[in-house]
Amino acid sequence: MINGISIDYFILLSAVLFTIGAIGVMARRNSIIIFMCIELMLNAVNILLVAFSTLHQNAEGQVFVFFVMTVAAAEVSVGLAILTMIYRNIKSIDTNLLSNLKD
Amino acid sequence: MIGNILIFIPLIGFLALLSPTFRSNARRYALFFVGIEFLVALMAYALNYSDNNSILLKVDYTWINAINAHWHLHVTGVSLSLALLNAIVFLLIYLSVDASQYGEKAYLFYSLGLLMQMAMMGVFLTKDAFSFYIFWELSLIPIYLIGLLWGETGKEKITLKFFLYTFIGSLFMLAGFIYLYHHTALLNENGQKSWDILSFYQAGKLLTPAQQTVVFWFLFLGFAVKIPIFPFHSWQPDTYTNMPVQGTMMLSGLMLKMGLYGLLFWLMPVVPEAVESWRGLTILMAVSGVIYGSLAALVQTDFKRLLAYASMAHVGLISAGILSGTRQAYDGAAMQMFAHGIYVTGLFYVVHLFEKHTGTRNIYQLGGIRNLNGQFSNLFLIILLGSIALPLTHGFIGEFLILVGLAKYQLVWAAIAGLSVILGAVYMLRAYQKMMLGDVVKTNYSFGALEAKDKWGLFLVVFFILLLGIYPQALNYFTSLNISEILK
Amino acid sequence: MAYILLGIVLLPLLGSIINGLLGKKLSKSNVATIASGSIGLSFVLSIIAFIQLQSAENRVINVDYYKWVVSGMLDVPMGFWLDSLSSLYILVITGVGFLIHVYSIGYMHEDDGFSRYFSYLNLFVFFMLMLVLGNSYVTMFVGWEGVGLCSYLLIGFWFKNHAYNDAAKKAFIMNRIGDLGFILGMALLFITYGSLNYADLNKPGAITYTSATTAIALLLFLGATGKSAQIPLYTWLPDAMAGPTPVSALIHAATMVTAGIYMVVRSNAIYSLSETASLVVGIVGGVTALWAAIIATLQFDIKKILAYSTVSQLGLMFLGLGANAYSSSVFHVITHAFFKALLFLGAGSVIHAMGGEQDIRKMGGLSKKIPTTYLTMLIATIAISGIPPFSGFFSKDEILAHVYEYNKGLWALGVIASMLTAFYMFRMLFLTFWGYFRGGSELYKHLHESPSVMTIPLMILAVLSVIGGLLGLPELIGAKNWIGHYLDNVILIKTYLGLSHSIEWMLMGIAVAGAVASIYFAYQLFVINGVLPVEDEAELKWWQKIIYHKFYVDELYDFIIRRPIDFLGKVVDRFFEKMVFNGINDSISSITLFLGEWIRKIHIGNIAYYIMAMTISIIVILSMIK
Repeated sequence: MINGISIDYFILLSAVLFTIGAIGVMARRNSIIIFMCIELMLNAVNILLVAFSTLHQNAEGQVFVFFVMTVAAAEVSVGLAILTMIYRNIKSIDTNLLSNLKD
Repeated sequence: MIGNILIFIPLIGFLALLSPTFRSNARRYALFFVGIEFLVALMAYALNYSDNNSILLKVDYTWINAINAHWHLHVTGVSLSLALLNAIVFLLIYLSVDASQYGEKAYLFYSLGLLMQMAMMGVFLTKDAFSFYIFWELSLIPIYLIGLLWGETGKEKITLKFFLYTFIGSLFMLAGFIYLYHHTALLNENGQKSWDILSFYQAGKLLTPAQQTVVFWFLFLGFAVKIPIFPFHSWQPDTYTNMPVQGTMMLSGLMLKMGLYGLLFWLMPVVPEAVESWRGLTILMAVSGVIYGSLAALVQTDFKRLLAYASMAHVGLISAGILSGTRQAYDGAAMQMFAHGIYVTGLFYVVHLFEKHTGTRNIYQLGGIRNLNGQFSNLFLIILLGSIALPLTHGFIGEFLILVGLAKYQLVWAAIAGLSVILGAVYMLRAYQKMMLGDVVKTNYSFGALEAKDKWGLFLVVFFILLLGIYPQALNYFTSLNISEILK
Repeated sequence: MAYILLGIVLLPLLGSIINGLLGKKLSKSNVATIASGSIGLSFVLSIIAFIQLQSAENRVINVDYYKWVVSGMLDVPMGFWLDSLSSLYILVITGVGFLIHVYSIGYMHEDDGFSRYFSYLNLFVFFMLMLVLGNSYVTMFVGWEGVGLCSYLLIGFWFKNHAYNDAAKKAFIMNRIGDLGFILGMALLFITYGSLNYADLNKPGAITYTSATTAIALLLFLGATGKSAQIPLYTWLPDAMAGPTPVSALIHAATMVTAGIYMVVRSNAIYSLSETASLVVGIVGGVTALWAAIIATLQFDIKKILAYSTVSQLGLMFLGLGANAYSSSVFHVITHAFFKALLFLGAGSVIHAMGGEQDIRKMGGLSKKIPTTYLTMLIATIAISGIPPFSGFFSKDEILAHVYEYNKGLWALGVIASMLTAFYMFRMLFLTFWGYFRGGSELYKHLHESPSVMTIPLMILAVLSVIGGLLGLPELIGAKNWIGHYLDNVILIKTYLGLSHSIEWMLMGIAVAGAVASIYFAYQLFVINGVLPVEDEAELKWWQKIIYHKFYVDELYDFIIRRPIDFLGKVVDRFFEKMVFNGINDSISSITLFLGEWIRKIHIGNIAYYIMAMTISIIVILSMIK
């Protein structure tokens, strides 16, 4: 129980967010949206980490959240830079057009 | 201590030659490094004459604690003789390089060569399986690059074949080592694992025959590809022929000794029971290589390729001797490893001189060179006689002892392997006659006086061939002590 | 003593090295002095060693210089072993060697490779001395292969001619076949008796009969057939005549080819123990003696005749060895060294006079032009034919008497071979020196006697050929067989001549009568009837053709050995290397490529698809974790 709320609700929320993110990554073709979905998945995990951290009265999980956030920020900056470069090259950020590595 | 020096001199040389400051005078610096290495190797040899130098000759400290890997070098016995060989052969190799041979990138060749020397020095000196494997694989990188950068036409395919072959073999060897490493835990109460060669010897004996068999074949495959033992040889003739001749010297003079050394010290004493039960088959393989190589050498037109097959026959004999597991054959193999290293380098040096002076190494396009350069033909003849094991050359002692040892195992194997005595004379003298004797057939080449450096290179080869043929105890004294230890 | 022996062996080596390295800068007379002088000094030292040996304990001097080949139980020193046997051999080698060196000064004087020639010849003497003085089988083998090498170098001395090079190569390779037998014999000897040093093997009871004894003896004998040109490995020797004639005299008549006899005598304990091996040695020797003698009767090349004669005489020696008459064979080695060296040197003198011509069909009537050569060769021919009291008679008779005791059939072979010897030798003599000259008037004017540097060695050898028999006068005539007694301590297991005097007289009578009859037959044929050998090969009868072509043995060997081996080489190269192994490599790479091609089809290049696959995979993996 965290502040009277059962841990189940946190897990449920996290699972819903993660699933939305996963489906978004799989179904959408726009790179920006895929990015946002990835962020969504990361944050779903963050929610879980924080929730369990509070539940177990152990700060390690929260420390880990900071790492995840930092990595996510770094990833976004690098990822967006790559996307910008891709857009400059093919005037599009549709992932289906990015199949050069196949051959 | 001296082991560290032997490894670090070429390493420093490797790094130094890559830096722009040393590039322009690469040849001079490279010769400086191999020269120093040679002197240090001689010093190590001299130190071995006294019993109380073990502190200087031995280094042993923990390298990677987590897996209990040690940095354990010991410059003695066969390791000493091969370290000395390594130093001598590299001196010869660098002497043989001509000023314009590698063009702009000469520094890179010298640098890679030094890396190779360092890696092989490590293989020969280390008594720790982990670093043995690291050095073993490290030695593959420079020689692969040398083949890829300066090989003849078709080099991409051939060097890839060479690389894959030996690399896959080594992976089997690594698997065998890891297996043994895990079983060293049985040796002491606290389950401490070890890569040390002595604990491998003990751990190997604890294995069941079936386990020994697995380890035996894994290790054997690794060594057999490197040597190469028939039928794992198919990378060898192409690679030897295709490499620049200095690369071939490295391969035949030194790199295959890694396999033989491994066979002798990292396989035979480790799993004695499996060796016993597979002896017949493996000797059959080795002896087939002797005959197969000799027969193939008979019909070659390219002298370099002929030597590749001849080398295969010679190392087949050494392997057969090692696999027979008899005292005389072990001693003979230890001698022959050194002898083969020297004379085969000398022979490829001769190939290099043919290419340099006449532009061809095709036996049938040459002829009558004796008329043009008597000195060269005499030196060539002595080296050639060393290779066909004439008494008073170093090759004879080794070959004789190996045949005695093989006969001790079974006379018939000695008889079959001994056919190389005859066939060796046939292909070598045939080639010699075609190339050197007769009248000058073609006028489109001349064979002038040898360059001073080439003359001294060949003198050095002849010197070692004769010195150790007349007084083999100079090396045998140390190697036989070493061999007594593993036979215990 | 250690230094004297070292001096005997190393002086020729020193001479060889000096001439080899500095020969081009030295004058011819200096080269000749160094070469002959080193052998001469070596000869003097040999005499000193011989005298000192007489007072040595057991008449054996064993010197070890240093440890040479050491491995476990095998401990071979570099050292020398002087006993009755080797002391005789070194005297012959350095003595006859010295004469031949002196002779060569005249014979090779015009040759460009003068210093090279003497360097090789000295090297040969060095190796030959190593062979007989080494104190173990391995040191013997050093000389054994070393003389083979020098033989190779000297046969192919005129290296511009590929026929000569082929002959040299053939000699080396045939010797190598024997050497393999020698090596295996040594290996088995070591395994069976635990040592290769004479010092150990000569201890009483060191050699006893075991199941391996016969094998050792036969393997070593294979080595001897190579070196001493016996069936089946004899064909190199006639070809070896390509070398300069003094080389043929020294290497291919007097010394190197008798190494096989030395080796068997050295191993006499082993051969005496194995009856099978002795019989094989005897049969091979007897058959070779006859076989080569038959071939010699129809050769036209003066050196080829002498070569086959050498093979035949060596066969006779092996016949003696088969009968365990070791000292008799050594006796024949010595007398043979005298008269055969003389014959070859004489032939050299003839060839020298004829300006290089070796065909006896082009000679005739030379006795007037080169009388010294004629007289000395006549003496040698009588000696080899076995006419008393020349040296050849005594040694041959002694062998045949032993063989008679051993096996009557082999004795018959020996007697027939001896009769043929007398026949073909006198055929050669008559055709060369008697009758009229057949070489054309141009050449006739050119004929000249050789310089004294060549004829004096001939005369010395002629004297030795006459008196050489004194070494081993038969006890039958009341003399003391000196050589027989001298070699007593070398022969570990003795067989005594147990024939009655009357039979011995009879055997002698048969031998002499046979020889005289053959000579008379030759005289009838070639002098009285003046039969000349046909110029054209086509005129030969079919059986003559077979003999003239040496029973086609070379062709046979070519067909059953050389060609199959070359064919196998081609099979290995063209089939196994290019097709089988390359095929395996290529198919491994194509299989890998094919699999790759096949698997890459699932990579369609759609990111969503990949992520989907990844997600599903993760779900599957997670669901499998319990």
